[in-house]
Amino acid sequence: MARMKFLCDAERCIECNSCVTACKNEHEVPWGINRRRVVTLNDGEPGERSISVACMHCSDAPCMAVCPVDCFYQTSDGIVLHNKDLCIGCGYCFFACPFGAPQYPQSGNFGSRGKMDKCTFCAGGPEEDNSAAEFKKYGRNRIAEGKLPICAEMCSTKALLAGDGDIVSNIYRERIVGRGFGSGAWGWGRAYPAGTSG
Amino acid sequence: MLRKKIGAVANGPRLSTAFEEVAEGTISRRTFLKRSGLVAGALGTAATFSAGRVQKAQAADSDSKVELIKSICTNCSVGCTVMAEVQNGVWIGQEPGFDSPFNLGAHCAKGAAAREAAHGERRLKYPTKLVDGKWKRISWEEAINEIGDKLQDIKKTSGPDSVYWLGSAKHNNEQAYLFRKFYAFWGSNNGDHQARICHSTTVAGVANTWGYGAMTNSYNDIHKSKCMILFGSNPSEAHPVAMQHLMKAKESNNAPLIVCDPRFTRTAAKATEHVQMRPGTDVALVWGILWHIFENGWEDKEYIRQRVWGLNYIREEVAKWTPEETEKVTGVPGGQLKRVARTLANNRPGTLIWCMGGTQHTTGNNNTRAYCILQLALGNIGKTGGGANIFRGHDNVQGATDFCVLSHSLPGYYGLKKGSWQHWARVWDVDYDYLKGNFASEKLMQSKGIPVSRWIDGVLEDKANIDQPDNVRGMVFWGHAPNSQTRGVEMKKAMEKLDLLVVVDPYPTVSAVMHDRKDGVYLLPATTQYETYGSVTASNRSLQWRDKVIDPVFESLPDHTIMYKFAKKFGFEDQMFKHIEVNDDEPLIEDVTREFNKGMWTIGYTGQSPERLKAHMKHQHTFDRTTLQAKGGPLDGEYYGLPWPCWGTADIKHPGTPNLYDPSKPVAEGGLCFRNRFGLKSPDDWGGENLLADGSYPVDSEIKDGYPEFTMAMLKKLGWDKDLTDEERTFIEGLAGDKTNWKVDLTGGIQRVAIKHGCAPFGNAKARTVVWNFPDPIPVHREPLYTNRRDLLDKYATYADKQAYRLPTRYASIQANDYSNDYPIILTSGRLVEYEGGGDESRSNPWLAELQQDMFVEINTSDANDIGIRDSEMVWVETPEKSRIKVKAMLTERVGQGVAFLPFHFGGHFQGKDLRSKYPTGSDPYVLGEAANTAMTYGYDSVTQMQESKVTLCKITRA
Repeated sequence: MARMKFLCDAERCIECNSCVTACKNEHEVPWGINRRRVVTLNDGEPGERSISVACMHCSDAPCMAVCPVDCFYQTSDGIVLHNKDLCIGCGYCFFACPFGAPQYPQSGNFGSRGKMDKCTFCAGGPEEDNSAAEFKKYGRNRIAEGKLPICAEMCSTKALLAGDGDIVSNIYRERIVGRGFGSGAWGWGRAYPAGTSG
Repeated sequence: MLRKKIGAVANGPRLSTAFEEVAEGTISRRTFLKRSGLVAGALGTAATFSAGRVQKAQAADSDSKVELIKSICTNCSVGCTVMAEVQNGVWIGQEPGFDSPFNLGAHCAKGAAAREAAHGERRLKYPTKLVDGKWKRISWEEAINEIGDKLQDIKKTSGPDSVYWLGSAKHNNEQAYLFRKFYAFWGSNNGDHQARICHSTTVAGVANTWGYGAMTNSYNDIHKSKCMILFGSNPSEAHPVAMQHLMKAKESNNAPLIVCDPRFTRTAAKATEHVQMRPGTDVALVWGILWHIFENGWEDKEYIRQRVWGLNYIREEVAKWTPEETEKVTGVPGGQLKRVARTLANNRPGTLIWCMGGTQHTTGNNNTRAYCILQLALGNIGKTGGGANIFRGHDNVQGATDFCVLSHSLPGYYGLKKGSWQHWARVWDVDYDYLKGNFASEKLMQSKGIPVSRWIDGVLEDKANIDQPDNVRGMVFWGHAPNSQTRGVEMKKAMEKLDLLVVVDPYPTVSAVMHDRKDGVYLLPATTQYETYGSVTASNRSLQWRDKVIDPVFESLPDHTIMYKFAKKFGFEDQMFKHIEVNDDEPLIEDVTREFNKGMWTIGYTGQSPERLKAHMKHQHTFDRTTLQAKGGPLDGEYYGLPWPCWGTADIKHPGTPNLYDPSKPVAEGGLCFRNRFGLKSPDDWGGENLLADGSYPVDSEIKDGYPEFTMAMLKKLGWDKDLTDEERTFIEGLAGDKTNWKVDLTGGIQRVAIKHGCAPFGNAKARTVVWNFPDPIPVHREPLYTNRRDLLDKYATYADKQAYRLPTRYASIQANDYSNDYPIILTSGRLVEYEGGGDESRSNPWLAELQQDMFVEINTSDANDIGIRDSEMVWVETPEKSRIKVKAMLTERVGQGVAFLPFHFGGHFQGKDLRSKYPTGSDPYVLGEAANTAMTYGYDSVTQMQESKVTLCKITRA
């Protein structure tokens, strides 16, 4: 059984934001809601690295653990989804999430929260696959169409990978071997502060 | 830890009904925007048009089939395939174009948001004119009649040169060609497009070095590079998908990536070496690198002996650029440049990439030639993995340049001489005298028109100083953002002085609002390229065929249809479209392709018939992703997109030329040598030396040495004329007999026979490093007009003022003034990944606009603290010509001390004033901001009139 994962190769991510707009385009996500964001560290300085972040579809997802109305569920592929009909927009999952994935519409002056929205790994929601109702609430269900998340498929430098964890890690491993020792691993610079890579 | 993992679906609906409205709010952008107040000001004006064309949910209800249609992204020149999902004529989604060898499914932010063009909420929706300061909707018929009458009136009273036809790199090839033809029939050379302000110095510099002015290799060929050096190029933001190919070389070949840029760009962040020089010192930097190469004997001596002329003169100049002198001028330490030189020498073949950072200078042509010389010295040109990989900007700026939507040439770089006009008159099947009759005089017909960079001077300059009968009085912006041009304050004046201002564009553009006119402005809605079809030339010279994704939205019309309507109004449609089928005012694109196939012999746009191009799009997946060559399948052996030169007629099935000047293949299979373009001998002042190649020739050449370009006389001398068919011979004899050359033989016979014998039709010569007919034959460093390095002016002063392209052009008279005390900071400009060009289209795309909502200036933290500016504060940036813009301060180490940077895509604010209310209702872009070029100052290249938008001086103060 596949276990779906994202991986962002920080050696390749150039902060072009194609993952962000591809997602907006695919799911017609409104202004102000960002299921995916590119985060840049050390912006403008040597050691600058960018990484694209969305829901990581955790195995032991903190959002699921804390939701008071139990609106989350995990598919057999390991994708964490939620039911917007159940969601009360409390924002507790936002507390719990280590990645800042949950998003809320900002309606009104005080940003009163509506239903939570987040990355679905392009897998829709509880409604019938590829139905209009599903599209309206969650966006397109590419997984049901046999496709992978659009953000990764359209990544300009193939930095963002998505799919079955085994395949993703094989692709990444091959890349690391091709690159040579050390250079590609995230956190390398932290482990060896003198180096500038990673 | 509490765990509540649920297998399939969460518990059933509970609060759903109560929150239904809110839930909808999360998904409908229109509803959301209305509620959020985030785009206030834009909201009250929301269009009444239905966005149904693109509502996926609505289309999804239907069972009809989803079609996949291939188009090409309309942003940069990489040429990414856009796969559009279309259902019931509605563009419902985008899929990755994995089959394309250029992008392999990838997009940047702009390509991934391409579908928004079809939503078009902020598009210009119908023909509109300004009446007493208010926008008024009119019909197409009224628009064409009123504008046509006014233009004809200007022509009658001031001559055809008083109307300026400003074309576009956003036109496809067919439209670009028709546009060039259009203003030839109108009777003026006052037409141009963005290439003038983007890579004109490249085309001039590179073509004058080795024959053609284009990118020599391809993005994909970089896979084979052992080293990459970039000058003033930031592909991470300007050509993001190109980075995929650079990364491939970096990772697979362990190729060093050297970025020479005054800023620590997002590309520099991925580099192995960042060379941070003072803006405007490219020649000094290149000579500083070359100094080490010559000093250590790292140049490729055999290559130079065979294929390069004049390097001894360059050596003399380079000898002056010792590490000390180089550091004094560029600020780059000698030790670093020695390391760079050694890296280049040890990792061959290496590619050299440059963009606007190198071209947009008063010395732009010197820069581009210096880059070429560096590559020639290393022996890197004409090799796979090497080359001068000049990344062009817009999607079809290469094509529009090739069709010479320019003020100084006819399609195919034929020039403006009588013979050039006669060639095209033959292709167009019209009399030379007929064409001449449309011009004010034969002299003006053969003299360069005003370049786009100077149109404002064409309006404002005293009539007595202009080499044409009258000032420019009518201006047609046909797909051009005015905020991409410098001297915004003077441009506003020029716009106000015009009799007539016409904008033909999918968006109103800044041209609609930056002036204070009350009337005499017309806005005509053109379609985007997704609403029409035709060919487009990527930076690597490959042509790709776009299919039409959707029908034109609102009342917009394709550009070629609008051209036909105007031609009809002016009464030359029968002559202009003599051999082009026209249906319901729309010229048949395929007929236009076939027509230019008949005339573009110089650069080999002759073999790319519509049928071949369509087949390439269909069989994209059969092409190798590194070599671009088809392996097996129906197109076996051909190169993707038939990169020009694709010699001869389509019948001879030339595969296209993947890498220019590469003699390792036969010419018939895409090989080449340097072009014989500058005569057989250098002038006596320059040694009177033989310019033909010495012992280097493409594989299988029957002439095992250099040779001149082919003529009928040469064929006869070689005894090869017997290979001509009777038909070919008859045409050649009838044209100019022995003098007929490979460029004007409309049968393609001379080319065919030359190639049959393994020869390049354009001859086989050496590249020249000294361009004796340029202001600086040997590229030299000259300080920018606005420089704060007054200490360098003794040695590196600029040119004397002169007359060029019909206009007085200033150099020394500006540099003579010292502004460095009042304006201490160097100001430069560049791109952001989310936006493109003037940004009217991309700032109207909410998916992109959301990501960059404020115009800003990057200031070094230390400078900011000295001035007393905090991050995100509003500041005034003022330049020596007293124009100023109000922008947000961004404190960063990205720019060095003493340098500030502006992105140039914003518009809609002018010197502190928000112009949103001036846009036609519902057509204001989501994001407005000050245009960088409002503040950018005077300065033009000495050969091409390229604008100087990369170096000026400024002062920054708190607003």
